[in-house]
Amino acid sequence: MKRKIFGLLRRVAMLVLVAWTVVSLVTLLVELVPGDPAVAVLGEQATPDQLEQFRQKHGLDRPPFFFSFPEDENGSRHFRWFGWHNRYTDYWTAILNGDLGRSFRTDRPVVDLIWERYPATIELAVVALLIAVTIAIPLGVIAGKKRGTLTDNAVSVFALLGISLPSFVIGPMLVYVFAVKLRWLSPSGRFDWSDIILPAFTLGAALSAILTRMVRSSVIEELGEDYVRTARAKGLSERKVVYKHVLKNGLIPVVTILGLQLGILLAGAIITEKIFGWPGLGLLLVEDGIGKRDYRIVQGCVLAISVTYIAANSLTDMIYRWLDPRIRVS
Amino acid sequence: MNRLSIIGIGIVAVVLIVAIFAPWITTQDVGATNLSIRYLPPTAAHWFGTDSTGRDIFARVVFGARISLRVGIVVVSVSAIVGTLLGALAGYYGGWIDRVLSGYVFNVFLAFPGLLLAIALVAFLGAGLNKLIFALCIIGWVGYARLIRGQVLKVREYDFVQAARALGAGDARILFVHILPNAIQPLIVQASLGMAGAVLSEASLSFLGLGVPPPAPSWGVMIEEARDLSTLQNAPHALIFPGLAIALTVLAFNFIGDGLREYLDPRQRKR
Repeated sequence: MKRKIFGLLRRVAMLVLVAWTVVSLVTLLVELVPGDPAVAVLGEQATPDQLEQFRQKHGLDRPPFFFSFPEDENGSRHFRWFGWHNRYTDYWTAILNGDLGRSFRTDRPVVDLIWERYPATIELAVVALLIAVTIAIPLGVIAGKKRGTLTDNAVSVFALLGISLPSFVIGPMLVYVFAVKLRWLSPSGRFDWSDIILPAFTLGAALSAILTRMVRSSVIEELGEDYVRTARAKGLSERKVVYKHVLKNGLIPVVTILGLQLGILLAGAIITEKIFGWPGLGLLLVEDGIGKRDYRIVQGCVLAISVTYIAANSLTDMIYRWLDPRIRVS
Repeated sequence: MNRLSIIGIGIVAVVLIVAIFAPWITTQDVGATNLSIRYLPPTAAHWFGTDSTGRDIFARVVFGARISLRVGIVVVSVSAIVGTLLGALAGYYGGWIDRVLSGYVFNVFLAFPGLLLAIALVAFLGAGLNKLIFALCIIGWVGYARLIRGQVLKVREYDFVQAARALGAGDARILFVHILPNAIQPLIVQASLGMAGAVLSEASLSFLGLGVPPPAPSWGVMIEEARDLSTLQNAPHALIFPGLAIALTVLAFNFIGDGLREYLDPRQRKR
């Protein structure tokens, strides 16, 4: 019991440490901007007064970190300590108060912008996940059962195609077929329930391919186990053997991959949202953030997506440990 | 090697030849616009047709291969070298070095979705090919490091390593002469899949406007330019050809990676 608690504490401490580093890296990202962020945002035409006002308003006039090595007139560098009043502690204090700063362009709180867009991204990721699972499980089972046949090869080629065709190729092709040629669906936006079909298929395509391969090899592995022979020997139909016994055991590794993929879907959604003008976090990041050099929005979006990713991964890990006692022991 | 990986090697060879001999394969200017010949379908003069500004798509696809392969080769080489060194260090020395590297540093890098970290880095550094390569190296090395760490942990317990140690060999000699050559095999598989990933990531970042600035003929930029509704309506080939180029190249590296994995792991060969 003592070892168990100690192990849990160590994992939680690790998680906190990783989360702290991720947030720190994101807060310091703005320091990577070559030159002055104020000039980058306001442009070369801005007057010194405007620049100064902008810096003051967004705290950019404060030192970036606790210390630095500024250059003096002679060109040599010296250590200089700035104390607690710096941008890094500012950002942390704000984050701990649930504040991610204000947009450089619109002056709206970044937290509000993120909460407005978050549901659309989650909706897209979840529907994409459901589509991927609906395609992958039957295909993977059929390929695994009929290993080495023409069907198996066809499924494998389909899966490899799904992995190799990036979303920004699949997406516009779907738009061409279903919006331009057939005119069944609209090419972009989020107004009608049917608007999610094309983006979700685009985002789920690669995942369905990965899952198909996983389900296939999982089914092949499980079919060789003793319990399958027993089930067959006691006269169960092949259908029951596969769907009642093999699939149940074979899905354990697939569940893990699913959890890990939810985070990857969130990142992949950046591209899909751009293709279809889907108003989620990705579009906020690419158009309002990167496109308009609104670095506060970029920081906020990267933080929101990373934290969701870390949370999804940790949750999957916990569920997996709980599901499969062998991992808990090892 | 299975049949698919032979096909993969064939495709990669063709892409490599196309990239090296690009100026001899097409004499068309990749940047020359001519609105009087926009949206042309494939013809004898323009094999893949022309795009919305009348540029020759074949020439752009051919020169695009140079960018894709250059990014792929540099990113995979740098990531593999850095990853191998750090992974070997963690695996060989163990103790606090391993705890810091694999317990903390690797986890921090794996805590970001790779593409997001690359997007964030380029967004702040500014777009450009070298910055894109830098960002892809930053996200790429950790996969190799984890792989090599695991391999080194296994190989360092083998008898021949113990024998070398007993004979008085130093750490560097044991690591580089005895352990690494025996631990590096799965790296080839990872590198092949890494090429596919790098080509895909370059195209993704260029598609988002974070890679090579236009009018450079990156496949990702070409797709971004071809996806507006009027181009889709008038010239779907402007999307199809660069799309096919990306898909075939990525597919080929995946075929090679899968084939190598099967070849190196006899347990998988029967499947």
